[in-house]
Amino acid sequence: MSAIVSASHLRKRYKSTQALDDVSLEIQPGRIVGLIGPNGAGKTTALKAILGLTDFDGELKVRGLDPRTQRDALMREVCFIADVAVLPKWIRVNEVIDFVANVHPKFDRARCQRFLANTKLQPRQRVKEMSKGMIVQLHLAIVMAIDARLLVLDEPTLGLDILYRKQFYQRLLEDYFDENKTILVTTHQVEEIEHILTDLIFIRDGKISLDASMDEVGERFTEVMVDAAHVEAARALQPLDERQVFGKSICLFDGVPRAQLEHLGETRRPSVSDLFVATMKGTYA
Amino acid sequence: MKTFYWLVKREFWEHRGGFLWAPVWSAGIVWLTTLMGIISAEVFRSKAGIRLNGVDIGSMSKSLDADNLTRVGYAIDAYMMSPAFLVSVVMFVVVLFYAMNTLAEDRRDRSILFWKSLPVSDRDTVLSKLFCAAVLVPAIAIAVSIAASLAMLILVAVVAAFHGFNLGQVLWSLPHPFSIAFNLIANLPLYVVWALPSIGWLLLASAWSRSRTFLWAIMLPVGAGVLVSWFNLMGSIGIETSWFWKNIVGRALLSIYPGSWMPEQFYDAARQGDIKDPSTLFNVLHVDYSLLLTAPFLIGAVAGIVMIAAAIWLRRWRTDA
Repeated sequence: MSAIVSASHLRKRYKSTQALDDVSLEIQPGRIVGLIGPNGAGKTTALKAILGLTDFDGELKVRGLDPRTQRDALMREVCFIADVAVLPKWIRVNEVIDFVANVHPKFDRARCQRFLANTKLQPRQRVKEMSKGMIVQLHLAIVMAIDARLLVLDEPTLGLDILYRKQFYQRLLEDYFDENKTILVTTHQVEEIEHILTDLIFIRDGKISLDASMDEVGERFTEVMVDAAHVEAARALQPLDERQVFGKSICLFDGVPRAQLEHLGETRRPSVSDLFVATMKGTYA
Repeated sequence: MKTFYWLVKREFWEHRGGFLWAPVWSAGIVWLTTLMGIISAEVFRSKAGIRLNGVDIGSMSKSLDADNLTRVGYAIDAYMMSPAFLVSVVMFVVVLFYAMNTLAEDRRDRSILFWKSLPVSDRDTVLSKLFCAAVLVPAIAIAVSIAASLAMLILVAVVAAFHGFNLGQVLWSLPHPFSIAFNLIANLPLYVVWALPSIGWLLLASAWSRSRTFLWAIMLPVGAGVLVSWFNLMGSIGIETSWFWKNIVGRALLSIYPGSWMPEQFYDAARQGDIKDPSTLFNVLHVDYSLLLTAPFLIGAVAGIVMIAAAIWLRRWRTDA
């Protein structure tokens, strides 16, 4: 199958920063890709480029279309939630559904109503009368009723409480995602999405610093709780990162075969957040 | 077409208060205050007789010569038009603020990120807003004005009938409700073309400004006018002050006032001595489509279309405030 997103040598410069610096990546259909990076690393710029919301240099095709020149056609295939609670304040639930139903050829109104039935939202309710969590519920119900090939989520749950956050990703996984769909998501709450991701992309200073499937990440990176006796041996293998927990050293290795590490101590697959912290060391220094 | 219809509907949902209720309330207020005025006049001056436009009805109804009858007709016409006057002022304000904010507000509250996630082109979005400002709001204002003028006619006719006039005469044969209504409607195409430079400028300022849209939209043309005036005080720069205010500043901001091309027409008619009786006051409202081919209409329309195209382009690339 051909890639949903294929980018090569993307560059974008704002006045003082290089937001995208020679970014190349491919995203295959049926994947849930996490685009993770520190603040100002270029995540949002990359997503804006994919969604045709910003200009850039380089080659980019989304579903075979150029977002710069074929945005109108692209928006039939691509859906996005950029930022939290961007639904217009004045609109009512029934109005926004009527509107989307009539301008979006791939919107399934019955499906949307079914999702809304599981919430407290009322048809005549205005967005300005809703809590942030409710606005996101409404937005998600609309987006999930659209049969899009690619769904882009930029910090979709920022500022929501844990109940709404959990529910958000659970809904997405249970009621929306399938092998025909692709989800590209950025968030700072990495722990909450790592179990749903199939692929991971780290971005730092406008450059891709890691682009791998979760399986590859599991094979490549190993975390070892090093026994006190083996600390020197572990350090000799040049761990990516070492931290102390309860007097024990926890070392993170990149590309060292697991067999070689097992005698040093207990091994496990690192969490995405630990991996992130280890690889982004010195970002703000 | 379906998408466009729903885009216009969306604008109406958002701006129902300005598009519909503002003209309805202002027409209602004129009608009510007229009613109140008539009642107080009846109460306090019933013996002296009430006056319409300086014409004493009580005495007139006794000497009904043809000339006076015509004047009564025009007086009633003037009364009928009074709600339309306030409606036109309100509509001017509504269109002014709507057009200058419509492409800025959703960038400010970031809801543009929702609108842009739908398969709707920026061209259609901007054109739907143009349609609202140039056609929908004026059409509603005209409909409200006509309804209000009929309500006014009935009110005045009933009062006149109490003062000795024949009800059918004051309701039907003397005033000109149908020609007035027809003229209001038939002037709409002229309005659409005439207003293009103003709406185009306001939409452009709206799509362009990142903040303080009002200052950009109003102060830029006015400031340019002041500069030209000032330079002319200091010594001519080849642009005539009054020409600039009228054709640049005026057309960028005031062409959305209903019938704002009419005063000049009226002035020309007066200069040529065409205005002899009050009927020409309503001749001003008369529709003259040949105006569409004159330079002020044509050049203004072209300028408006260029600015609207620029607004569409800006809308494509500007997503943040």
